[in-house]
Amino acid sequence: MRLTCTVNGTEQQVDDVWEGESLLYVLRERMGLPGSKNACEQGECGSCTVYLDGLPVCACLVAAGQAEGREVGTVEALADADALHPVQQAFVDAGAVQCGFCTPGLLVATHDLITRHGRPSDAETREALAGNLCRCTGYEKILDAVRLAADRMAGTAAGAGTEAGGDR
Amino acid sequence: MSTPTRTPTGAPAHLTGSGGGGGVGADAVRPDGVLKVRGEFAYGSDLWMSDMLWGVTLRSPHPYARIRAIDTSAAAALPGVSAVLTADDVPGEKVYGLELADQPVLAVDVVRYQGEPVALVAADHPDTARRAAALIRVDYDVWEPVTDARTALGHPTWNMVHDSTPEVTELSRESAHLHPEGNLVRHLKVRTGNPEPTAEVVVVGEYEVGMQDQAFLGPESGLAVPAEDGGVELYVATQWLHVDQRQICSALGLPPEQVRLSLAGVGGAFGGREDLSMHVHACLLALRTGRPVKMSYNREESFFGHVHRHPATMRYEHGATRDGQLVYVKASIYFDGGAYASSTPAVVGNGGTMGIGPYVVPNVHVDCYGAYTNNPPCGAMRGFGSVQTAFAYESQMDALAAELGMDPVELRCRNAMEEGSATPTGQVIDSPAPVAELLRRLEAMPMPAPADHGDVDLRDMPGGVSNTTHGEGVRRGVGYAVAYKNVAFSEGYDDHSTARVRLEVVGGEATATVHTAAAEVGQGLVTVEQQIARTELGVDQVTVHPKDTTVGSAGSTSASRQTYVTGGAVKAACEEVRGQVLARAEQLVGRTVPDLRLAGGLVVSDAEGIAVPLVDVLGDDVLEETLEWRHRPTEAIDPETGQGFAHVQYAFSAHRAVVDVDTELGLVKVVEMACTQDVGKAINPQAVVGQIQGGTAQGLGLAVMEEILIKDGKVRNPSFTDYLIPTILDMPPMRIEVLEYADPHAPYGLRGVGEAPNISSGPAVLAAIRAATGLPLTRVPVRPEHLTGT
Ligand code: FES
Ligand code: FES
Repeated sequence: MRLTCTVNGTEQQVDDVWEGESLLYVLRERMGLPGSKNACEQGECGSCTVYLDGLPVCACLVAAGQAEGREVGTVEALADADALHPVQQAFVDAGAVQCGFCTPGLLVATHDLITRHGRPSDAETREALAGNLCRCTGYEKILDAVRLAADRMAGTAAGAGTEAGGDR
Repeated sequence: MSTPTRTPTGAPAHLTGSGGGGGVGADAVRPDGVLKVRGEFAYGSDLWMSDMLWGVTLRSPHPYARIRAIDTSAAAALPGVSAVLTADDVPGEKVYGLELADQPVLAVDVVRYQGEPVALVAADHPDTARRAAALIRVDYDVWEPVTDARTALGHPTWNMVHDSTPEVTELSRESAHLHPEGNLVRHLKVRTGNPEPTAEVVVVGEYEVGMQDQAFLGPESGLAVPAEDGGVELYVATQWLHVDQRQICSALGLPPEQVRLSLAGVGGAFGGREDLSMHVHACLLALRTGRPVKMSYNREESFFGHVHRHPATMRYEHGATRDGQLVYVKASIYFDGGAYASSTPAVVGNGGTMGIGPYVVPNVHVDCYGAYTNNPPCGAMRGFGSVQTAFAYESQMDALAAELGMDPVELRCRNAMEEGSATPTGQVIDSPAPVAELLRRLEAMPMPAPADHGDVDLRDMPGGVSNTTHGEGVRRGVGYAVAYKNVAFSEGYDDHSTARVRLEVVGGEATATVHTAAAEVGQGLVTVEQQIARTELGVDQVTVHPKDTTVGSAGSTSASRQTYVTGGAVKAACEEVRGQVLARAEQLVGRTVPDLRLAGGLVVSDAEGIAVPLVDVLGDDVLEETLEWRHRPTEAIDPETGQGFAHVQYAFSAHRAVVDVDTELGLVKVVEMACTQDVGKAINPQAVVGQIQGGTAQGLGLAVMEEILIKDGKVRNPSFTDYLIPTILDMPPMRIEVLEYADPHAPYGLRGVGEAPNISSGPAVLAAIRAATGLPLTRVPVRPEHLTGT
């Protein structure tokens, strides 16, 4: 089948997509966007988290055909050509990246969390990221990175992050 | 900061970083960090070539069976399929292995575990390859599996799995001779002191540890590319390129020059990538088809495609005086090695030599066994042979403390080893061993706020938002544990690493390049390599060359050894280069200058007020040194007594766990973990803390949730749905205190870091759950039914 959708702001058309292929497979193997990762391909680890029409989803659970005519956003679109997004920079600075395989999914999930909540409490962060497994970090530095990113974004984006930070 | 250059396959290439002076001891930023957050770092499963094929493996559904016949014709006839291979297509040695060559590349007549590779397919789409594999007809004669280590060693038919019993000798060809030694892989005895000791107080316990999985997130993956010289290039996620190369060469019947390996991005390892997985398979398919072949396991196959942590059954007897002095320890330790040896001999070595913990005991009698069974093969995993025994000896220390009416930390401190103590293997510890101090510092750390059941945030309760309790029936417990672990390879192994260091002027700036084959698996070694070069050569810009086999072996990224051994090699190579630079500088100045050193891109002598820019000393020349570096030698241990200088260095860590347990539903919430660890010298403090946090999580996981469940040799939970690893909701906040007591024998005084925190965290959690419930709890992982008695 032919799949047409918008990926990271650019309209993409892919031919010969098989019925059984997931959005994750199409992104990684047919569109050359391997940033979203394939750790379980069963919806359990969150490594493949992407935006679909603005909502975070596990791309491995989305059949490619379901993305027809919709907007997909992947980790590759978070940064500008020369500057990292504050969420990305915070992960680097906080030491939240070890092997980094969980990182793209966590970045998208964190981006979504901070966009919606401004400065989430730790309890909110834990709830929001509970679907993203990381085997390396023990999550402490991921929490550090979320706090750092939220603080930085609250400091730079006018009006954003005025919501109370809650219990830390 | 990073310059992503791409190899033909997309595999990680040169990583350049200017650390802003991030030398040894600084929180230097990892040079691969920016690539990783951009999604541009190519892991094994991201490699891609335009004309590549996909390889898949057909695996045995049976734990133990004879293969009567294999029919591949239907698979080969499927459109899109390029090759179907079986054991007959393996051109070289049909078996491989890390220590003993006993594992078939593809099953030869017999399968010995569920998931053993039987055949391979290459096709133009992964689904085509999978459908073709399903069309391969294998005719099995199914046998009764041996699924218990003790049964395997004492069973009347104990030679069934690996010896030439009549049943096996009936088989054709090599199979009968694959494992002629029976089911015992290794028996290690440690004997010291009086063989018939008596004590005022005796505590006996039997303990069991389930099979844990490394559960690294990045699946086993690689891309094999056939080369014009008839050889093959393999880009693969691994822990030790050169030991892979040796085994691949042997299986392919090719010389090392024709089998070239490069490291692909590695998504975690934890020991699970020490053994081969898809390596030979992808190479066989590439050589047969003449096209690049990519293999990437899905999660289920990953559970079958790598070795796991050895399950253990252990019996311990501790004797002590009334005032808490340990008199003797007797222990029998059985490790289930599964169907093939992998690193079972070394696991037995660690389990036996360090099996009583970091305590001074005059009389010790330990028997440690590793057995073949028809369970999945077990090998390396973080904490290697020490994780299992720590659950037993630390449980025993708590039981003994209870028996004596003594504080468990006090009992441990009273018996703690220190610098100058002798281990049960007769080795005198000749560097700091702050076991008691680690425990005392933990005790002194503030405790988390007491549970307030009046105003509960449900998310903090056992069961969380499932709303299973508001605090009724919840009991808090606190537990301590301490552990030690050898660093680097032991028992006389020639443990070395190779480093090539180059210094030259690039773009008007003095730049160093470090080339080693040491695998970066996420732990941060590439950062450490840069930090050492910056410190030793006084430059800012350091490029890390891609990890490949065009430089000598670095040994394995395991045993907490890379910062020590490869770090030592990089340091030594830098020192050689520095010697050349200083000699040139003296030539330039025209005389011998005292106290010359390199700093900030200059050759300086404070005494003489000299500062010559490095770029002037180097000019257009390239200074390069390659050398092999070894730590001081260890000794093989005596097979009858276990005595000898077996280990070059020890790492020490201690944990305190605070848990809340819902005693009605058996749910556990770990409230806080605190850890103290001596790292000798923190080369990169941020990375050290990251290792401690990650190691703590894996120990916690084994204590309360992680287990590969096996019934009759069959794995029942090969998925992230059913094999549970801690999520961010399961992990509590951590308090960490890092001590730096330099080891006088190690580069910069450092100690290996990665494994120790994985060893002490689990027993601390278990102790805390016991404290909360009053239950003996002799098996991990602890499950709700153990806590509720249902
Ligand atoms: S790869 Fe999609 S959730 Fe794990
Ligand atoms: S950094 Fe390795 S899985 Fe998260």
